Amino acid sequence: MQAQVFVKMENICKTFGNVKANDRINFDVHQGEIHALLGENGAGKSTLMNMLSGIYKPDSGSIQIHGKEVVFNTPKDSIEMGIGMIHQHYRLVEVQTAKENILLGRKGPFFMKGAHVSKDIREIGEKFGLPVDPEKKVYDMSIGEKQAVEILKVLYQGADILIMDEPTAVLTPQETRKLFAILRNMAAQGCAVIIITHKLHEVMEISDRVTVLRKGTTVGTLATKDTNPKALTDLMVGKTVDLAISRPPVERGRVLLEVKDLCAYDMDKVEVLRDISFKLHAGEVLGVAGVAGSGQKELCESIAGLYPVASGQILYEGESLVGNSPRDIIKKGISMSFIPEDRLGMGLVASMDMVDNFLLKEHHNQKGLWLKRKPIAEKCAEIIRRLEIKTPGVHHPVKQLSGGNIQKVLIGREIETNPHVLITAYAVRGLDIGASHTIYDLINEQKEKGVAILFIGEDLDVLLELCDRIMVLSEGAVTGIVRGDKATKEELGLLMAGEDLGMEVAQ
Amino acid sequence: MEGFWNIFQAFSVVLVIGGTPLLFATLGELLTEKAGHLNLGVEGMMLIGAVAGFAAGHFTGSPLLAMGGAFLAGGLGAMIYGFLTVTLRANQVVSGLALTMFGTGISSYLGVNFIGQKMSAEISAFFSPVAIPLLSSIPYVGRVFFRQDPMVYLGYVTVALLGTYLYRTRIGLNLRAVGENPGAADASGINVDLYKYVHIFLGGALCGLGGAYLSVVAVPQWQDGITAGRGWIAIALVIFAGWNPFKAILGAYLFGGLSIIGFYFGNYFSAWNISQNLIDMLPYAVTILVLTASSVRKSKEKGAPKALGVAYYREER
Ligand SMILES: Nc1ncnc2c1ncn2[C@@H]1O[C@H](COP(=O)(O)OP(=O)(O)OP(=O)(O)O)[C@@H](O)[C@H]1O
Ligand SMILES: [Mg+2]
Repeated sequence: MQAQVFVKMENICKTFGNVKANDRINFDVHQGEIHALLGENGAGKSTLMNMLSGIYKPDSGSIQIHGKEVVFNTPKDSIEMGIGMIHQHYRLVEVQTAKENILLGRKGPFFMKGAHVSKDIREIGEKFGLPVDPEKKVYDMSIGEKQAVEILKVLYQGADILIMDEPTAVLTPQETRKLFAILRNMAAQGCAVIIITHKLHEVMEISDRVTVLRKGTTVGTLATKDTNPKALTDLMVGKTVDLAISRPPVERGRVLLEVKDLCAYDMDKVEVLRDISFKLHAGEVLGVAGVAGSGQKELCESIAGLYPVASGQILYEGESLVGNSPRDIIKKGISMSFIPEDRLGMGLVASMDMVDNFLLKEHHNQKGLWLKRKPIAEKCAEIIRRLEIKTPGVHHPVKQLSGGNIQKVLIGREIETNPHVLITAYAVRGLDIGASHTIYDLINEQKEKGVAILFIGEDLDVLLELCDRIMVLSEGAVTGIVRGDKATKEELGLLMAGEDLGMEVAQ
Repeated sequence: MEGFWNIFQAFSVVLVIGGTPLLFATLGELLTEKAGHLNLGVEGMMLIGAVAGFAAGHFTGSPLLAMGGAFLAGGLGAMIYGFLTVTLRANQVVSGLALTMFGTGISSYLGVNFIGQKMSAEISAFFSPVAIPLLSSIPYVGRVFFRQDPMVYLGYVTVALLGTYLYRTRIGLNLRAVGENPGAADASGINVDLYKYVHIFLGGALCGLGGAYLSVVAVPQWQDGITAGRGWIAIALVIFAGWNPFKAILGAYLFGGLSIIGFYFGNYFSAWNISQNLIDMLPYAVTILVLTASSVRKSKEKGAPKALGVAYYREER
């Protein structure tokens, strides 16, 4: 028997100003299936899903839920039809507890009586393997916990159509595995699950069918078992792409950056960096692996002069950087780009256009009283071309770009300053395959120019393929430095867990 | 010492009366800000309430209609601001300032014929102090807090109601979410605009009551610009109270006291060679101190609602 069709979207169109985000899209989802939605950054995936959840209104086209034609004027209409969406950028009230967030907008007695709700939340949580403390404030939660609250909230609303917009972009591999178990469980119980992800191995692993979007149009819907990552990428991009990451051999130069016995503490006086020592040479990519929160952020910020160093040294060409202002450090040619979990949080001013965001970093180098926008605009246009950024133009507010394109702007700006040392953290977070490879190519290009690169990454496969050496952090300490071409994923995993393998430090 | 104690007790009684208009206005602004809207029109809404209350009392002779009229008028005044900022998404600061100017102007205009007129004796009698059995016989406290006029009691009740509403009911929870993160509230199926309108209205209505307390109960005669800047102090008091209605009552009475301290303790101050000018400065100096001190406060919980002052468009990101 054919499974029931839960969602049917036909000929959906949506334009923002002069951007055609969705153009006659067709999309359907069945009961009990996990359906992946795939597409490059800016292909219109979030837009399509936002129309299903009532956040955006389609310009034209029809939506049928459970076989019934619907028009969603508000998210409320969508919730009432059993649709629950977990957004790319979480929508939670930070100062409220998990329970309060879950109760938002729900019907019930005028006065809130907490006890039975807490019990319900715990019960649903246990049923799906989502342990959430109902009384915990959202601002005290890790990303994984916040996501659990979002999922619980949707389940508590009684949703049987679950939409997840890039849920795994900010999760550790362990957290992803747990999430997938939950999703399978939900599908088994008769829900329909839609998941957006850029990681093809995840698509292969979790989905039953996959729909590919390209530039706002549907390219096709395939059964996952009949396809493979290569074919999907080609469909997504519209041409044949090479998925291998190259590691061009480059004659390593002198030591540019040396960190010696670096220690730092956070606001609660907890040690976040413990005796970190390493050397970074010109013309090499040094990868940094580690479970999220192992000190990666603090390390980057210490080098960039944004985090107080308790003891130890950071030497740039033998000269100490500790105590220098961030601007002096940038002037010396050290550039850092950190892609935070919320992407917009650091480095860019969301409401400004690309030119002004570039100016933020460039204006120190301009002479005279007035800002010169013209040369910068030209530079931006060049970067848009080179990184294939999808934007209507250099004067379009950055926040209106799709998540992935925002990121390309940030990285493009860092590379534009022609640094000697380039620190990039989570550079490909949320980027599509094509864009990720563009970034890897850019990094290799910089390396060939003799730039010393510190590459903080999440995906171990990528680290192993791209980096010359990989330094592993665990709880703020270096547990090993290994060679990219010699080490294995298992070794990295063990080092990340803090085990001492007695391995020699790769020089 | 005996003399000082008597003066202190008398001072405390008046402090509560002086604090009551501030209390209503502070609660009104607090409620508005919980919905994410900074309404700088408090002074204007108080004046609208003051003139409407006075007129209603003057023409109908009914104390309840006087207060009801002030409530409604304050709320309607706020709706001007609400339409501009919720529906048209105009700048909140500018819209609020415009409302203050409008309120000042219209109260002067409508009040021209009332200048110097007193509230009728019946209404004044209705609003004369009532002793609450038992409570009023507690030494000092009873005299200060439980032998006051009905509006002072209404102030206590409003604080308790508002506290319960905000922190114990679903609507209050939803309201706080609207002020903190309208995107999250919207995605949860809450009608964000409706919440904003309702609470902007209620906030303005409370400010209107604060104004009418001055013109109908405390003074009680019509003077041009009768609120004398209290609306601005109320805005500062919301920050002082950390957006908590229970703390608002402390702040309101503290500032009520500061504004009359010179009147009661003038003899002592001159005996200590403290200039009257310094004393008159106190409420404003303390406002500055409080605002400075509270702006360095770091706690996530006691801060302003996160989306305060930011217009919400569903389709924007
Ligand atoms: N609210 C908005 N205002 C203006 N433009 C928008 C808005 N939402 C989306 N867009 C534009 O629509 C296009 C599609 O965006 P969308 O967010 O749907 O992409 P996506 O497929 O989710 O990409 P990503 O993988 O990077 O998240 C982009 O070009 C984006 O700039
Ligand atoms: Mg997206």
